[in-house]
Amino acid sequence: MAEPKVENSTSPVGESKIRIDAREKVTGAAIYADDIQFGNSLLHARIKRSPHPHALIKKINSEKALALPGVKAIVTGQDFPGYIGLYLKDRFFFCRDRVRYVGDPVAGVVAVSEEIAEKALGLIEVEYEILEPVLDPEYGARPEAPLLHPDLGKYAVASFIFPQPGTNISNHFKIRKGDVNGAWEKCTAIVEHKYRIPHIQHVPIEPHIAIAKVDEAGEITLWGSSQSPFAQRNLIAQSLGISPGKMRVIAPYVGGGFGCKAGVSMESLAVAIAMKVKGRPVKLLLTREEEFFTAFVRQGLTAYFKMGCDENGRLLAMENTFYWDGGAYTEYGVNITRAAGYSSSGPYEVPNVKTDSYCVYTNHPVGGAMRGFGMPEIHAGLEQCIDELALRIGMDAVEFRKLNCLKTGSTLVTGSRMHATGLSQCIEKTAEAIGWGKKAPPSAPNKRRGKGMALMWKAPAMPPNAGSSAWVELAEDGTLNVGVGGQEIGQGVFTVAAQMAAAALGVAYESVRIAAPIDTRYSPYEWQTVASRLTWSMGNAIVNAAKDARKQILDIVAEAWDETPDDLNIVNGVVISYKSEKEIPLKNLVIYGLPKPGDQGWRGGPIIGRGSFMPTYVTGLDAETGQGERAVVHYTTGAQAVELEVDLDTGRIEIIKGVSTFDIGKAINPELVEAQMEGGFVQGMSSALFESLQLKDGVLRNPSFVDYRIATSSDIPKDLQSYIVEVPQDDGPWGARGIGEHSMVPTIPAIANAIYDAVGVRLEGPPFTAEKVYLAMLDAGIVK
Amino acid sequence: MAFHKINITINGGLEQVVVPSNMTLMQMLRENLALTGTKNGCSAGECGACTVLLNGEPVNSCMVLAVECDGTNIVTVEGLAGDQQLDPVQEAIIQSGGVQCGFCTPGILISARALLDRNPDPAEEEIREALVGNLCRCTGYVRIIESVKAAAKV
Repeated sequence: MAEPKVENSTSPVGESKIRIDAREKVTGAAIYADDIQFGNSLLHARIKRSPHPHALIKKINSEKALALPGVKAIVTGQDFPGYIGLYLKDRFFFCRDRVRYVGDPVAGVVAVSEEIAEKALGLIEVEYEILEPVLDPEYGARPEAPLLHPDLGKYAVASFIFPQPGTNISNHFKIRKGDVNGAWEKCTAIVEHKYRIPHIQHVPIEPHIAIAKVDEAGEITLWGSSQSPFAQRNLIAQSLGISPGKMRVIAPYVGGGFGCKAGVSMESLAVAIAMKVKGRPVKLLLTREEEFFTAFVRQGLTAYFKMGCDENGRLLAMENTFYWDGGAYTEYGVNITRAAGYSSSGPYEVPNVKTDSYCVYTNHPVGGAMRGFGMPEIHAGLEQCIDELALRIGMDAVEFRKLNCLKTGSTLVTGSRMHATGLSQCIEKTAEAIGWGKKAPPSAPNKRRGKGMALMWKAPAMPPNAGSSAWVELAEDGTLNVGVGGQEIGQGVFTVAAQMAAAALGVAYESVRIAAPIDTRYSPYEWQTVASRLTWSMGNAIVNAAKDARKQILDIVAEAWDETPDDLNIVNGVVISYKSEKEIPLKNLVIYGLPKPGDQGWRGGPIIGRGSFMPTYVTGLDAETGQGERAVVHYTTGAQAVELEVDLDTGRIEIIKGVSTFDIGKAINPELVEAQMEGGFVQGMSSALFESLQLKDGVLRNPSFVDYRIATSSDIPKDLQSYIVEVPQDDGPWGARGIGEHSMVPTIPAIANAIYDAVGVRLEGPPFTAEKVYLAMLDAGIVK
Repeated sequence: MAFHKINITINGGLEQVVVPSNMTLMQMLRENLALTGTKNGCSAGECGACTVLLNGEPVNSCMVLAVECDGTNIVTVEGLAGDQQLDPVQEAIIQSGGVQCGFCTPGILISARALLDRNPDPAEEEIREALVGNLCRCTGYVRIIESVKAAAKV
């Protein structure tokens, strides 16, 4: 029987519903981890950190610190021998024998106040033997570089990561597709470039925070600002050698994540410290200064690109080498370097590709996931080379992209086929909206105006079997409570979760609540809130849970009415029959069931629907060639363009207009999708123009908002446009794919290409500060 | 550490609080009065998440000592809404979609309220200028600026 048409007319999917969390967030009622009240039993922790980028710990003397009144305990690495890490277990909670970056935790103090804990830090004496540091990834990859992890060969590692024991290379991902060497002679034009992408910070406005409490039985509760409550439960418990069932993680709203609150970082320190003061909650709140260099950073990258095309502009070959500055520990970063490898062609069909993506240990801050997961970094150089190649062959850059970009069925760099994609439409829409090919005059005689475009692709980078689950239950009033384990980090996932649950069950969006905060004891499992995977993966779990509840409801009603479920539907919270035209509100049956006629008992009972989703089709890739049947679940694709002005007197860049178009399969909530595109564009713009962690000899020189500038309200373009293309994903809910990260992937190269269009200079890497642009113009003889 | 008893009007109600000399207004609001809507983003006066109105002027509450606030009138995000309805800036930021993670939102709302109180019909440049001390990492500011424009029309 055909699906009743009426269901669509009441579906909130595709509508720009108001955010479910907006009201509590604007009234100050929304609770974040630091807002939870623990009363007088709360203790405060601070961390003693290494001042050296690379050294051996010879001795730690904490006697004086322990004698300070108010100090309750001091913790060092000697008490915690277990390794921890997401893809590669290469890290201890606290350093045991060696420190590997400035900021590496050496000891933890817990005291009755933050002031006393801070004072005690100064009384801990640590004796170091200083070692030569590795401060550059290319050098670090060489055999003569000092070895930072002599035990690399002993670390537990995911099956798809390839460490090289005896070196500082913690992952080497290779693509060997076609015959690159044979292809170069067939190329009419070849470009070669080196680009450097600096480390940057995520800069959530809410700093990292964790509060841990361990009871007498050893059961651990952790409250924190977390994108990964379930992964934290599992990884911290594993490292402690306890059952994950003894660990409970409670995660309220996250005040910005962008990847830095994924996996495990400082949370393990709070847990370790709390184990020494059983029964007392222990709070560890990073200072803004600590946030800049002890939380995960975005890895630095040194990238070499070589690419060539034939006389018609068709791409024939690429040879790309990436040296990732993974930092002191690469437990998470190794998978960024893998993702960069299997995406190394960019969104283009290229028959011959050779890629080497190296994750290299250095004595820099720890690299981790950041919005885009390697894609902004590699696209920054790649998309500039594409522009250069088009110029070299005498083709318009947009035409060149349209010719070479991935289409449905194109062969990917890993050998598999591209799924349905609307990338070509994204290019056309973006070119049209930016007015491609039309040159407007600059706003002043001392300014030059330019336009630039860049494309992108990105897949969720995750283990092949990352799973989601959900439940739905109805209350006495027919309202729907939806249990999820995915976290609201600002992206709006609770809102789209509510929309999808409402649509799949047949109730109003306004009658849905999300069971929050996420609590691993009550919430259904979710791998992590990362990879722009929730709308798709968790969405599928929610739809399955709602369908399960729907079937239970319709079966009961069909039995009661002596009809078949196929003739029934749930519309706006009411079960209706298309056959008998009977109806009954959900609230009349979802808790107490329905009475049988003649007082002959009851049928049904409380309704609870369950659903889960896990991709089952992702295959491995050959370790030598990077070829395989299906590397990832899907790719979101898109394009951005900018129009900007360069001030010839100062080198200052002003972004006048930005355009974003992404193929997200289906917009469950179009305004939320546009909001992601706007926020991502501005974060990408900020990384292009302003942001860089200035590391000198391993020491961060700019750990504050004054010295590390991010975009403010005065920096954004007056005209920022966002467009949605919808070519459905075959296994997405209503065809949806993710958008959260993608919106900042092409921004750096779009701006770089526009700078070139305006003044004809290219820089080795961002940030494109006024000073650097001016000096480049001076070098090129554009200004005198 | 010396302690001080201060009288302070907070969101329209008179409070008497005992505070140590080195306690900031932000700490007093969050820790002594459980007004946790005021957020701590940097404790250095750089991010604007802790902005409150002090005698009608927006200030970073992490940069003001509580003891300095004796006899003053403070409005926090919890005090913006009336009993029955939201402040127009709150309603507008909801409708414009200017909220994402929500951590900067309280400070943004206070800065916007302060702007509209002194200039009921600000130009876009004036709105951008008024919010320049409130960092937001999620939204790209577009919808926040739109919401202040919309609230000005109410």
